[in-house]
This record gives sequence, C-alpha cells and structure tokens, in this order.
Amino acid sequence: MLEISNLACSRGDHLLFSGLNFSLSSGELLQVQGANGSGKTSLLRTLCGFIMPDTGEIRWRGQNIRELGDQFYAEMIYLGHLNAIKDELNALENLRIGAKLAGCKVDDKQVIAALRRLGLRGRETLPVKVLSQGQRRRVALARLLLGNASLWILDEPLTALDVGAVGLMQELISEHLVNNGMVIYTTHQPLEVVGVASRRLALS
Amino acid sequence: MNKLSLIGLLSIMIRRDLVLAMRRRADVVTTLIFFVIVVSLFPLGVGPEVDMLRKMAPGVIWVAALLASMLSLGRLFSADHLDGTLEQMLLVPQSLSVLVLAKILAHWMVSGLPLVIMAPVLGLQFDMTAQAIGVLIIALLLGTPTLSMIGAIGAALTLGLRGGGALVSLLVLPLCIPVLIFGAGAVEAVISGTSVSSHLSLLGALLVMALVFTPWVTALALRISME
Repeated sequence: MLEISNLACSRGDHLLFSGLNFSLSSGELLQVQGANGSGKTSLLRTLCGFIMPDTGEIRWRGQNIRELGDQFYAEMIYLGHLNAIKDELNALENLRIGAKLAGCKVDDKQVIAALRRLGLRGRETLPVKVLSQGQRRRVALARLLLGNASLWILDEPLTALDVGAVGLMQELISEHLVNNGMVIYTTHQPLEVVGVASRRLALS
Repeated sequence: MNKLSLIGLLSIMIRRDLVLAMRRRADVVTTLIFFVIVVSLFPLGVGPEVDMLRKMAPGVIWVAALLASMLSLGRLFSADHLDGTLEQMLLVPQSLSVLVLAKILAHWMVSGLPLVIMAPVLGLQFDMTAQAIGVLIIALLLGTPTLSMIGAIGAALTLGLRGGGALVSLLVLPLCIPVLIFGAGAVEAVISGTSVSSHLSLLGALLVMALVFTPWVTALALRISME
C-alpha cells in the first residue's frame, strides 16, 4: 500500500503542488490529471525517489521509501517519457538485460512471449533502431509483463500507441489490478479499464 | 528481492556496455586516432632532434592519453541519459555504486586499454628504449583506469548540461595532475637510471583509492544530476 501525506514539490522557485494526500491499496487504479506543466511528471518522479519532496512523506507498506531504498525499487516499475531501451540492441537483448538487473530470473521464452503479447512477433531480434516509435513503446511496455512488481508508475503510457495497443494496455492494467497490483498513470487519452473505477487526482 | 552477486552484476553491465561499444565502433576508433595524432604532431612541431624527442616522449604520451580520456568521457553516461536507461539504472534494486563501477571498467576497456596497447608503437616513434617502453605500459595500465574513474565523477556532475564537455575537462584535468606526474615520472626515472618502484607504487595506490571512492561518489553525483 502506498500512502502519500502532505506532499509538496517545487521546481526552481515554482511551487507545483502542496498538501497532497492520497493512498493507494491493492487493486486500485489512480489517474493523475492536470494541464501541461501542472506537475504530473514531477509527482511521478517524486514517487520514484528521483526528486526530493519539499515537505511530506511517501510511505510504502508503512515505511518511508527513502529508508526502504532497494526494497521499494524491487516492487515497482516506472515507465517514463523515455522508453529506456537501447537502439543498438534488439528487443530481446534489451528486455533480458532489464530483467536481469531487476533480479528476475527470466528465460528467452518468457521474453519472447511478452513481446508477442505486445504484437511484436517477428521483431524480437531486430535492432530497436529500425522499429517505429509505436513499436519501441511496445518494447518498453513489455517490461511490465516480465517483472513481478506490484506498483506500476506509468507516465503517458499511451504515447505513440495505435488503437489496438491502447486496448491491449487496458487489458494489461485490468489483469494487473485483478492480481492485486496497483497502477498510477497519467494520460491525456481516455483509458477505460473494465470492472475498475479509476480514481482521479487533479493537479492544478 | 533478488540481489545479484557483485561479480554477477559487474559481468551483466560490462557485457552490455561492451556489446554496445562494439555495435558503435566509430566512437572507440575516434579516441584512439586522436591519441595517435596528438602524439605524432609533436615531432612535427618541435623538430626531429632525437635527443630532445627521447626526453619529451613520456610527458607527451601521458598528456595525450589524458586528453584522449577527457575526449571519451562525454560518452560514459550521456547516451544512457538521453534514452532513459540511466534513469532505470537508478531504480534497479541493486547497488548503484557497483553498476557505476561496471560502467567505468567497460568504458576503460574500450577507451583506455586501446591507448595502452598503442603506446609502444608511439614510443618507438620517439626512439624510446625497450625498458622505458615496458615501464610506460605498466604506468599506463595503472594510470589510465584512475583517469577514467576520476573523470566519471565529472561526467556524472555535468550530465545534461549544455557545454558539459568543456566543463568536465575544467573540473577533471586538475584532479588528474598526480597521475600525470607519477606516470611520466616513472618513465623518466627508468630513462635516467633511478628506481621506478616508488612511482609505480604511488600510481597503484591512487588506483586503489579511486577504485574504492569514485564509484560511490559518482553514484551520488548521478542521483543529484537526475533530480
């Protein structure tokens, strides 16, 4: 369970948000809404521990994430604006290295299955630089299937995705929630997950 | 949580960075050619007097190696920073210092080690004796990893800054002076017939110190840069 209490964050002299309180328990979905520049990405990056909040606390299963460190990182996946895949490597190599570093034991079969699920059949061993933007995003999203992280933090996961992939994403999120996962995401596109009421957090 | 062993983590990261370097070979070759050209320019500039060249050789080769290592520092973290993989490395439930150490070692293998291998050829160009070339290789083997490690701190601090390349040289070059003094000193000592062991021991001590402290400091610098 993730609890945020009295969180404030500023970039430079500009106060992005303050007094933010919310909590997220297993099986819950939270959409962060707000105009451009309202601090959605900063909020997600603060939750990842990249940015030190001005005030307030972020607790994971009752403990501050700064104290938990690696224990927290083992249970979460962050997908940012950047895909975090290397152009020179192929999709299979990219995901294999990512999974190994995360400490997960995966074999090539699982990685290939994840890539196929995301519609990249036949693209597994092509260098990522020959793939289109949408396909690269799909490679990045395949990471979600390989880890056993319970908290997904997704920053604009639908960028560059086509209609089919958006549907697939809804499916993946609802499966994750059924398995007692938690998802926090930002998006400007509508994302309807079947059977789950998405909670909304508006930043102004 | 699955913690990888120190060796396991090092080998995954080193292998990854070496594969990446091999798929972008031009970068590796540029540093090496820069080193060769800088060293070869000196005889053209100061004239072909053998005595003078022989005396200058250790200093020239060391300064060129220092400049070549500065040139390659920009690549240490910037590519990973631009495509977001560095961000993910900060979120990996493993020791960031060890990851950083692996990156530095891989970087040295593709930017420092080729210089060490090339150095004997350049030494011959300056008419250095076989004994002096031997000491030069040992000194470079001990010194160039230290240069990469000290440089990594600068590279991490200037990550994402405009004009970071020039800034990193200003930050790092003064810190590299001890390596330069003892490295060139070792070769000069063997030429003048005195003992080289003190110079080499000091180079070794600098390497051990860098090995212990710089990955940790670089990891802290990376966390600051990513904020």
